[in-house]
Amino acid sequence: MTSPYLHIDHVTMNFPTPSGEFCALNDVNFVINKGEYISIIGHSGCGKSTVLNIIAGLLEASQGGIILENKEINGPGPERAVVFQNHSLMPWLSVYENVAIAVRRVFKGKKTKKEMHEWILHNLTLVHMDHALDKLPSEISGGMKQRVGIARALAMEPKVLLMDEPFGALDALTRSHMQESLMEIQEKLNNTIVMITHDVDEAVLLSDKIIMMSNGPAADIGQVLEIDLPRPRNRVRLANNPTYNHYRQEVLSFLYERQANPLSEKGKSEENSSPTSKQTSEETAETVEETAEAPAETTTSPDTASDNVTQLAPLDNSGKAA
Amino acid sequence: MALLSIPFTQQGAKINFQESFKQIMVPVAAMVLFLFAWELSASQIKTSLGLVPGPIEVSKQFSNLVTEHAEERDKAAAFYERQEKRNARKLAKNPDAKVKIRNYTGKPTFFDQILTSLVTVFSGFLIATIIAVPIGIISGLSQNFYTAINPIIQIFKPISPLAWLPIVTIIVSAVYVSSDPTFSKSFIISALTVTLCCMWPTLINTAVGVASVDKDLINVSKVLQLSSFTKVWKIVLPSAIPMIFTGLRLSIGIGWMVLIAAEMLAQNPGLGKFVWDEFQNGSSNSLGRIMVAVLAIGIIGFILDFLMLTLQRFISWDKTAVLR
Repeated sequence: MTSPYLHIDHVTMNFPTPSGEFCALNDVNFVINKGEYISIIGHSGCGKSTVLNIIAGLLEASQGGIILENKEINGPGPERAVVFQNHSLMPWLSVYENVAIAVRRVFKGKKTKKEMHEWILHNLTLVHMDHALDKLPSEISGGMKQRVGIARALAMEPKVLLMDEPFGALDALTRSHMQESLMEIQEKLNNTIVMITHDVDEAVLLSDKIIMMSNGPAADIGQVLEIDLPRPRNRVRLANNPTYNHYRQEVLSFLYERQANPLSEKGKSEENSSPTSKQTSEETAETVEETAEAPAETTTSPDTASDNVTQLAPLDNSGKAA
Repeated sequence: MALLSIPFTQQGAKINFQESFKQIMVPVAAMVLFLFAWELSASQIKTSLGLVPGPIEVSKQFSNLVTEHAEERDKAAAFYERQEKRNARKLAKNPDAKVKIRNYTGKPTFFDQILTSLVTVFSGFLIATIIAVPIGIISGLSQNFYTAINPIIQIFKPISPLAWLPIVTIIVSAVYVSSDPTFSKSFIISALTVTLCCMWPTLINTAVGVASVDKDLINVSKVLQLSSFTKVWKIVLPSAIPMIFTGLRLSIGIGWMVLIAAEMLAQNPGLGKFVWDEFQNGSSNSLGRIMVAVLAIGIIGFILDFLMLTLQRFISWDKTAVLR
C-alpha cells in the first residue's frame, strides 16, 4: 500500500484549564488522498476547528501528529493555506494587495515581479473578483470578501487547502453561489481540500468523503461516508437523486439521532466560544422540522426558507459575482 | 470643513442646504446666547481689579495685545537697524574692528509667549511619542513585558505635573550644564514635564491596540510565516493605528494642559507665565488680559486636537474617525 498524501495520525488534543486537562480530541485518525475533497462535519463544540487548526499547524497536538507527503508538519506554513470563516482580510489593504501580500511572501525569488502580478490577477479572475482590484474590504460584500480570501489561499499554491466554515457567515443565496464557484475552481485545479462545515447539504454536494465527528469532550470520528456521486454535480438535479438523498439522510441521522445536539442535552454550560454557535443552532432549528425524533427545544425561529432558496439558486447565474 | 463633506446632489440639494444651515446656525445661536449670559453676569461681579470683564472688554484687551505686539516688533526692527548702522560705521573707519551683534532683549509679547508654548508642547509631545509608541508595541506583543511594566505605568500615570516639576528642575539643573546651551534650561524643564505627563495615554492605548489585533490576522501571518518585523509592520501596526491615534490625541490634550500649569509654577516662558505675570501685575486691565489668554489656551487646545485628527485621517486606513 502506498503511503497516504496527508495522514492525521492518531491525534489527541488536551487543553489545560484551571480545573485540569480538557480532552477535546481523542485519537482522531484518518487519511486524505491527493486531490480529494474532505468535509468534516459535527455539532458545534465537537472539535472540528481544532482538527483543522492542528493540520494548519496553528495548534500542536498533545499526542500524534500530521504527516504531509511523508514529512511530519511542524508549525504553520503556506503549503497548508487556510480560508478563515470571517475572511480575515487586512482591512487597510486593497483586494489586490491582500492577495499580493501572500504571493510576495510565497514566491519571493521564484517569480519575477511581472509574473507575480499576473499570478495575482489570475487568482482573482478565478474567483471572479478581477473587477474590484482596488476596492478595500469594507467596500465589498461578505461573499466577495470570502472570494478574495479563497483567492489569497489559492494563490499560495498550497498542497492542502484548509477551509474553516468558509461560507458559514454568508446568507443562503450567497453561500450557494460560492459553493458553485468552488466546485468550478476545484474542477480546474483539483486541489486537496479539507473543509469544516455544519451544513449537511454543503458537505454532501461538495465532498468526496465526509468525516462525521462525535460530540466532545474527547471527540473522535464517528463515521466516514464516501460520497460516490459523479462530477460535475448539479444541486437542482441532485435534489431528486435517490443516492444523494440517501447520503443526506445518512449524515442527518448521524448528527441528530446518534449524536443528538449537545446543547439540548447538557444545557448551555458546555457552550463553546466559537462564533458559529448561533449559526449552528439555526441549522438545528431547520432540521428539527425534518426529523421528528429530535428534541424540539431550540428557541430560534425555523429557517426553512433558506433550504428552498438553496435549491433554486443555481438557476440564477446573473448575480454570481454579487 | 464638515459642510464640504456632505454630498451635494441636485435631488438632495434642498435638504442638504437646510441641514447645512442647521449645522451652522445652531452653534452660532448657542455662542451668541453664551456671550450674552457672560456679559450680563460679568457686570454683576465687582472684584479688587474692578468689574469682571465681559466679552466686549475682553475683545478690547485682545486688540491692545495685538497693538503691543506690533509696537514691540517695530522697536526690535529699529534696534537691529541702529545696530547695523553702527557696525557699518565702525567697519568703515577700521576694517579690522570687531563688531558685536547683540540680540534684541525686549519683553516677550503675548504672541511670542504663544509661540514658545507651542514649540515646547510639540517638543515634549514628540519625545513622549518616540518613547511611548515603541514601548506600547512591545508591551502589546509580549504579555510578560506588559506584566512587568504595568505597575510602573499605573504608579506614574496619575502623578500631577506640579509634583514632577521640582524633580525635573533639580535633575535638569544638575545634568544639563553647558556654557553655550542650544536650548534654554527652562525650555527643557517644561518639555520634559510635558513628556512625563503625556506619554501614558499613548503608551496604554498603543499596548491595548497592539494586543487586540484580530486573532485571525495573526493566524494569517503565521500561515504566511512572516518575519517578526514584517508582522509588526504589515499587520500589527496598521491594526493598532486607530488606537494609537486615540492615545496621541489624549496625550497632546494632556500635554497642553500640563504645560500651562508648569509654566505658571516654574515661571518658564510661555502662556502660563503670561497669565501669572498678569495676575501679579494687578492692573485694571489684567483680568481682561488673563481672559484673552485663557480663551487662547482653549482655542489652541482645540486646534491641536483637530490637527491630530487631520493627521489621523491622513495616515490611518480607517477614515471614520470623527472629532468628539
